[in-house]
Amino acid sequence: MMDKKSIRIKPSLPLYLVTAVALVLLYLLVMQLDNQVYYSKILVLMLINIVLAVSLNVTVGCLGQITLGHAGFMSVGAYTAALVSKSMVTGSNIGLPQYMLALLCGGIVAGVVGIIVGIPALRLKGDYLAIITLAFGEIIRVLIEYFDFTGGGVGLSKIPRLSKASQVTIIFWLAIVCVVVMYVIMTSRHGRAVLAIRDDEIAAEASGVNTTYYKTFAFTLSAIFAGIAGGIYAHSQGILQAKTFDFNYSINILVMVVLGGMGSFTGAILSAIVLTILPEVLRGFNEYRMISYAVVLILIMIFRPRGLLGRSEFSLRKLARIFKKKGVNGHE
Amino acid sequence: MSNSILTMKDIGINFGGLKAVDGFNIDLKANELVGLIGPNGAGKTTVFNLITGVYEATEGEYLLDGKPVRKASTAKLVHNGLARTFQNIRLFEDMSVLENVMVAMNYRMKYGLLAATLRLPGYWREENERREKALELLKIFDLDHFADTNAGNLPYGKQRKLEIARAMATNPKVLLLDEPAAGMNPTETEELMDTIRFIRENFNICVFLIEHDMKLVLGICERIIVLDHGRILAKGKPQDVVRDKAVIEAYLGTAEEEEEVAEDGNAGSQ
Amino acid sequence: MNYFITQTINGLSLGSIYALIALGYTMVYGIVQLINFAHGDIIMVGAYVSFFTIPTLQSMGLPLWLCIIPALIICTLLGVVIERLAYRPLRESPRIANLITAIGVSLLLQNLAMKFIGTESKQIGVIFSKQETAIGISPNTIIIIVTTIILTLLLQAFMKRTRTGKSLVAVSEDYVASKLCGINVDHAISITFAIGSALAAVAALFYISTYQQINPTMGSLPGIKAFIAAVLGGIGSIPGAVIGGLILGICEIFTRAYISSQLADAVVFGILIIVLIFKPAGLFGKNVKEKV
Repeated sequence: MMDKKSIRIKPSLPLYLVTAVALVLLYLLVMQLDNQVYYSKILVLMLINIVLAVSLNVTVGCLGQITLGHAGFMSVGAYTAALVSKSMVTGSNIGLPQYMLALLCGGIVAGVVGIIVGIPALRLKGDYLAIITLAFGEIIRVLIEYFDFTGGGVGLSKIPRLSKASQVTIIFWLAIVCVVVMYVIMTSRHGRAVLAIRDDEIAAEASGVNTTYYKTFAFTLSAIFAGIAGGIYAHSQGILQAKTFDFNYSINILVMVVLGGMGSFTGAILSAIVLTILPEVLRGFNEYRMISYAVVLILIMIFRPRGLLGRSEFSLRKLARIFKKKGVNGHE
Repeated sequence: MSNSILTMKDIGINFGGLKAVDGFNIDLKANELVGLIGPNGAGKTTVFNLITGVYEATEGEYLLDGKPVRKASTAKLVHNGLARTFQNIRLFEDMSVLENVMVAMNYRMKYGLLAATLRLPGYWREENERREKALELLKIFDLDHFADTNAGNLPYGKQRKLEIARAMATNPKVLLLDEPAAGMNPTETEELMDTIRFIRENFNICVFLIEHDMKLVLGICERIIVLDHGRILAKGKPQDVVRDKAVIEAYLGTAEEEEEVAEDGNAGSQ
Repeated sequence: MNYFITQTINGLSLGSIYALIALGYTMVYGIVQLINFAHGDIIMVGAYVSFFTIPTLQSMGLPLWLCIIPALIICTLLGVVIERLAYRPLRESPRIANLITAIGVSLLLQNLAMKFIGTESKQIGVIFSKQETAIGISPNTIIIIVTTIILTLLLQAFMKRTRTGKSLVAVSEDYVASKLCGINVDHAISITFAIGSALAAVAALFYISTYQQINPTMGSLPGIKAFIAAVLGGIGSIPGAVIGGLILGICEIFTRAYISSQLADAVVFGILIIVLIFKPAGLFGKNVKEKV
């Protein structure tokens, strides 16, 4: 018999503490690597890719709709953030408040574009949605190249950067905040509605879920964080070119999500890390990188169509439960 | 008329010149168990789709809870007290049994994005309130032990029950069941009949069901509507309807079959 | 000659290339509901095969367009092999898995070409003269348009008149029912991929005779545009694919000529978005709604 207490969910202080300690340890490790300039670059790229993969996972994994234009939202965020900070700062360094403001603007504008694209596009499903998002992504790219205020085909340069000393620290915690925000939203009632749509849209509607609203919601959330990732990218690179954010870039992000497991935050994070580091670690691999990406993509779809982790997540609660069980068995 | 929950007057729908449903009348009151029967292709599912807003009627008047329904989305109608199940079970298969029920409570939950993101007290309070409610509901359907099981892993009969539980979680005034006994064995059907009676008695709602299993229909329905070629052929008490000449001709075929069914019906209603 | 008419004919010529590619998309989508992203890259393969055979043809003194023969053979085989290895194991999987696999195959072909042939563009000599004739149109343009018309008519006749063609139509109408009727579904799907890829080889020949330049990613943009043409015409419809291709070609050329060459692609994608939103079944397609 279940009593009321046992079914309640509540904030667990020990779990929060363990998480916090783990994050600080991770941070110290990251900072250790950051001392070398070479690693610093990879770290920033890795963190950006984590935010991108997790944000795409919201649409592809949680909502269950394939989009092929994620780089489009990223570019909107990148250009917006870059233009905002260029208008605020004249030097080559940007302070934290201005940086955050620029990223926020990037996220918001990307989110607005997400709504504009999402409302018509989400009336379609499956392949058609994939192809229409591809079209929107390409249109965004062509328009960025066409207009003058975005630097046209030449692109933007001299985008102010964070100081070398603080860059990785800021981006590290920023990435964690982004991932946590997306995760807690997807595990709330709002996320439940989104997951219900993934499993069965008609049943979701019949259960009182406003499917149009929640589809647009997930799509926009995804776009906002792609925009923020774009902002981080713009400020770490210092230069932007529209042609960077083409169809292939969208595919790269999609590969991360698909490889890790569609619907799994843990999977998206892990594969973003692995797919950023791998080409760097294996020099020889770099030559064959895209070929092996393609082969891996095909093989995973054939043998594990839900990705390596499927929809499962790593969680401290689960880990604690496993240890508890082991403990009980030990006493017997 | 004061306690009418769902009223349809002369409802009709045209599909490119073909009248799938024509002159359909219905008046559902609280605490009623009404059955809709008819041969295949008679337009039963179309009636359900008209009620749930999947289709919009080309003629006639449709009132839900006294308010006229026009161009309403299915979700909006659910918020106004209409719940349904599907002929081919539609569950959120990758979500737990408990989550399936909680999705249906979503529209009545209040906490916003900020409370969700920062895990404010409102989040915990409301999540827990609903969790308890959901578990109570699952208990009624004898599903509480499966709360953490993925819905897709439930056995068939339990999946049907969960679908009804999920529909009940939307707090409906009318519950529409589309062939609830389809694919069930006799024991499961018996159990289902008990569940349906229980719902009607304890929740004071109207249950309106489509069913081919005459034993179930005659066993639990107080009123039956017979549909044929999109038109109402007969309506009334089960015993009277199965003796109706027109119904026998259109639906039951020969007189011998009719006797069998009538006997089944008596057995079921004991 | 009048600038407008010249541009229209250029549009029809480009549109014919799109139409030939779109036929492959539309037939494959009709039968297995898959956006075959690798279809555009088959054109690339066809183009490279031609590129490598042309020197031999030159040394033997044969006309260069004979390079179509090895291109046809290799593209057809490649299409069938791709279906066999990558798509067939996934036939019962969710559509999303199929789409990602198709993207994977496309990436694979492109990157294999980049790795083993090189990323740089390669030049190709004159195959059909692009010199204007007395009527103001080049032989190249005439050959492209006329061949496309002939091939479309032949394909239409094949689908309507022959036993094999009818079985393809049956499988795309109802996969399960045709299986029950004793149609060899695997065979039908292989034939569809073979025809689509053969048409892609022809498109490749016309592409290189028009642009005289090839590179490993040359197939992706025409591929996507041809898919747009297929959607525009109504996916699954043969006349639809051809008309969609022609409309798209003309729109693209006119945008380049009268508005801005930079915006041409945006206009093409804009057309796709408008069609998908307002007439998702395309001009000649059927509307399908999910049953409750």
